[in-house]
Amino acid sequence: MNASVIALAFISVIVFVGAFIGFYAGTRRKMDLEQWTVGDRGFGMLLVWLLMAGEVYTTFTFLGASGWAYSKGAPVLYVLGYQPLMYVVSFFILPQVWEVGRKYRLQTQADFFHVRYNNKYLAAFVALVGIIFIIPYLQLQLMGLGMIVEVASYGAIHRIPAMIISFIIVAAFVLTSGIRGVAWVSVLKDLLLLFSAVFVGVAIPYIYFGGIGRMFAELARARPAHLVMPGATTNLGHSWYISTVVLVAVGFYMWPQFFGASFSAKSSDTLRRNAVVMPFYSITMPLMFFIGLAATLIVPGLTNGDLSMLTMVRKTFPAWFLGLIGGAGALTAMVPAGVMILTAATLFAKNMCRPILWPGMTDQQVAKLAKITVLLITIAALCSAIYSSPTLVALLLVGYGGVAQFFPGVVLGLYSKRVTTAGVFAGVVTGVVVFVALALSKHDPAMGLNAGFIALCCNVAVVAAVSLLTPAQRGGFDEQSRASIAA
Amino acid sequence: MRKPSVGAILLAFIPFVAICFSVSLWDRIDPMVLGLPFNFFWLIAWLLLTPVCMWGAYRLEAPRASEPHGEDGGTL
Repeated sequence: MNASVIALAFISVIVFVGAFIGFYAGTRRKMDLEQWTVGDRGFGMLLVWLLMAGEVYTTFTFLGASGWAYSKGAPVLYVLGYQPLMYVVSFFILPQVWEVGRKYRLQTQADFFHVRYNNKYLAAFVALVGIIFIIPYLQLQLMGLGMIVEVASYGAIHRIPAMIISFIIVAAFVLTSGIRGVAWVSVLKDLLLLFSAVFVGVAIPYIYFGGIGRMFAELARARPAHLVMPGATTNLGHSWYISTVVLVAVGFYMWPQFFGASFSAKSSDTLRRNAVVMPFYSITMPLMFFIGLAATLIVPGLTNGDLSMLTMVRKTFPAWFLGLIGGAGALTAMVPAGVMILTAATLFAKNMCRPILWPGMTDQQVAKLAKITVLLITIAALCSAIYSSPTLVALLLVGYGGVAQFFPGVVLGLYSKRVTTAGVFAGVVTGVVVFVALALSKHDPAMGLNAGFIALCCNVAVVAAVSLLTPAQRGGFDEQSRASIAA
Repeated sequence: MRKPSVGAILLAFIPFVAICFSVSLWDRIDPMVLGLPFNFFWLIAWLLLTPVCMWGAYRLEAPRASEPHGEDGGTL
């Protein structure tokens, strides 16, 4: 048997085992909207941990971490900076969000804004911004998946059929099993990813240099500038590092899909304990960096740094192992993509269509519309990935800068009585507009600072000013709007 | 929502200072520790130390969270 058949067999087996787990997880359960979107709020600590880790570790981490280490050097350390800190921030937000979510039966991030600020237009706007930033993120998962499967199968499967097959599978298990299916597929995905990251990250420095220490000694001699910021870049220095780490740490759980995943937990204590232990999972990240750094000495001059890990694995290990990595990589795209599709579809049906267009919809009709939307979003993402536009990718690379603009509305919504609907509305609009203007005019980083961070500062200033200028509202969550969320 | 305790916020602030704001103090190659450049070693060490800080914060917050509390909404 030749190498590409072996690799392809491994990839297919892994993807189909994952698909089977995804389907099986949802059988024997009645898939109403509550079960589909938040798994009946019944996930224990381990499943929440795996779901969250499964969502956080996307293809962007899988390929991008080694890719940045390869092409940019030390600025990649921002990943090790923001990951533990975003869990620190989540400790003070997610358990509280969960409490509110259980009390008012919230299923989406926009539901939170709807109930807290009692304004369906603010909620629809938050949903729209969320969807706008999810679509390019989804597209990137697809393109990453296509790239991984194509390289890992030695070109036996072209990227376009790979993307189409795997996304039909994703749409299918999202439709049948909802969030529960995604959570169980991430069990397999996390096991494979942990194993391959640890094995490859340790093995490659040993095989080529005789150890991680020796590899760094060699790098410190040959490429010392690569190991401290700004590395191979000119504008990713310390002020960029601080502003980016702060922005992503506060903004990460503002992604609608991560925010929504917290509702699936069994209790707020699950989320609190989860926030304490999550940083341990990030131990896999430096191993990805090691592979990228090793590649700078072994295979210099790659035009696409994102391929550095796959190139190293293909050069070093037998075909079955490349297939294993390819399968793990495919699942790494499919798991987060599943949650993104589910979240975007629910936001569209529940927070945009029902309140604005058809106020009379029942929960069953919302669920039906959301499932139709799943198919539409999958097709839209496939088309945009196949006829990829670079603007979308540019938007994504800074996508967290967009969703981070929800942060003041969430935190002040939880902890402040003085913040007003007008203030939050004005702040989110300001933040998103400033951010998109800076990002599209290629001013990221601007003045050495992350563009999203600058936008967030403007956002906070506007929220504070407008809230103080408008009359105080009845504080916190009131009973009145409850009926509009829970039918 | 009840505001977190001052102790928990201070404990949470420690990793922010160590990992984020102090970057110019630790972003260097020497001294190498355990074969790693100092900046890599420092951040990896804080992957292990951050849960220690947050475990302290958990010990402070968990008993407070289980107490019954009054009306929702802060007091700012």
